Amino acid sequence: MPKANVLKAMAKPSVPTAQRTKNNKMKSTKSLKARGEQLSDTMVQLRVLNGKEIVDSKFPQFGDKLKEEGLLPLKPTGIEIFQVNAGKMCNQVCTHCHVDAGPDRKEIMTKETMQSCLDVLKVSPEIKIVDITGGAPEMNPNFRWFVEECFALGKKVIDRCNLTIIRANPKYYDLPEFLAKNEVEVVSSLPYFSKSRTDSQRGDGVFEKSIEALKMLNEVGYGMEGSGLILNLVYNPSGAFLPGSQASLEADFKRQLKRKYDIEFNSLFAITNLPISRFLEYLISSGNYEEYMEKLVNAYNPSAAHNVMCRNTVSIGWDGYLYDCDFNQMLELKVATPKSQHINDFDIEALKKRNIIVNQHCYGCTAGAGSSCGGEIS
Amino acid sequence: MADSYYKPEDLKKFGKIGELGADHLAKKFFSYYGEVFKEGALSEREKSLIALAVSHAVHCPYCIDAYTVDSLEKGADEDMIAEAIHVASAIKGGATLVHGVQAMNKVKEISM
Repeated sequence: MPKANVLKAMAKPSVPTAQRTKNNKMKSTKSLKARGEQLSDTMVQLRVLNGKEIVDSKFPQFGDKLKEEGLLPLKPTGIEIFQVNAGKMCNQVCTHCHVDAGPDRKEIMTKETMQSCLDVLKVSPEIKIVDITGGAPEMNPNFRWFVEECFALGKKVIDRCNLTIIRANPKYYDLPEFLAKNEVEVVSSLPYFSKSRTDSQRGDGVFEKSIEALKMLNEVGYGMEGSGLILNLVYNPSGAFLPGSQASLEADFKRQLKRKYDIEFNSLFAITNLPISRFLEYLISSGNYEEYMEKLVNAYNPSAAHNVMCRNTVSIGWDGYLYDCDFNQMLELKVATPKSQHINDFDIEALKKRNIIVNQHCYGCTAGAGSSCGGEIS
Repeated sequence: MADSYYKPEDLKKFGKIGELGADHLAKKFFSYYGEVFKEGALSEREKSLIALAVSHAVHCPYCIDAYTVDSLEKGADEDMIAEAIHVASAIKGGATLVHGVQAMNKVKEISM
């Protein structure tokens, strides 16, 4: 356990691989792990979140909030969504990434682990949705095979696509056709309908490439009325503030993307940034951590707490371990079912009876209108 | 008295202004305030940008803090924020300059 106070040490970041942006802010092109940052250690993140690093800042425990609602221990309502993290490898290095993904991350799911996932999916009819995320899941060499196998099992497949991957290399140019053929729902991040706010979060040039990719998706029918091919966008704030109303943001995005670029999509999901990994690093190094946590805590919404996504989801890590959600996965908080913690020991009945592990980062999913991989939840 | 009239943490106490006294008036004010900013003929974002422009015109650092964040949350970007502030600036400047007609009138009135 590091002795130095992480918050103080990070107030003046010394990031050797960083670039200065137009706002004179430091922006890194490498993952925390590759930079050897303390925050790549999940224990350090949990210490920060639990106020161990800040003597005078104590927020109420998230678990106590659930107790007030009679929701503690937090229990699943079922397992409908099987969220697979195909790996941390990514062509982008977004400043808010909770996975700490990037081109320097080599941890990706093997074909054997994917086969174990398929074995589970085959005997679990109640699991309807396979939600594939990353990193850039399409960079996993077995991505297409896995999607086809899931589709063949009659599962609905979601690809959480960063858009730029479609334009990253000619070998990905036919992704839109491939996804359409397997009726995959595409969920893509686009933090804003203008270049500056998109690139400041996701990297220089990301906006233009994203627009090109969206046009390619529209061309094969994605987001177009009557095609049955669903293209949803994800909005998340590019900074230390909460998302506004999903409905009004969606109306703005629809109007502006149509007007400026003739792009169509189905729905916009407004997602809150959770204070872990690189977003936590940003909050601490920009001096926004305490204010942001206070904002999340003050915006706690009991009705959102009833609908948090971990209640109907199980998350599978690149190495096959099981988690309550993708955030717990990144904090290495495995499911509390000692005999069913890995895909090879998947016991759906035991998992449905588990106690979901909560911690201070969970305030991110219950703030305001609530937040999940599918946007607002209340 | 504190060593500064303006402290960022004071903004958070605004909701408790009723503790000073006349709590019933504070309650009425906040109920009205909340109603004003709800989506109506104007969108929440338009209202937030108007609030931000007025905040600059009335030189209220609390309001500038609150409505810069609120504008971003409501989906405004830097250009929208900057344009809103320019509107306030133009009206403030224009309000000074337009009074020049009073001087102009007076000059005419007393000149041969």
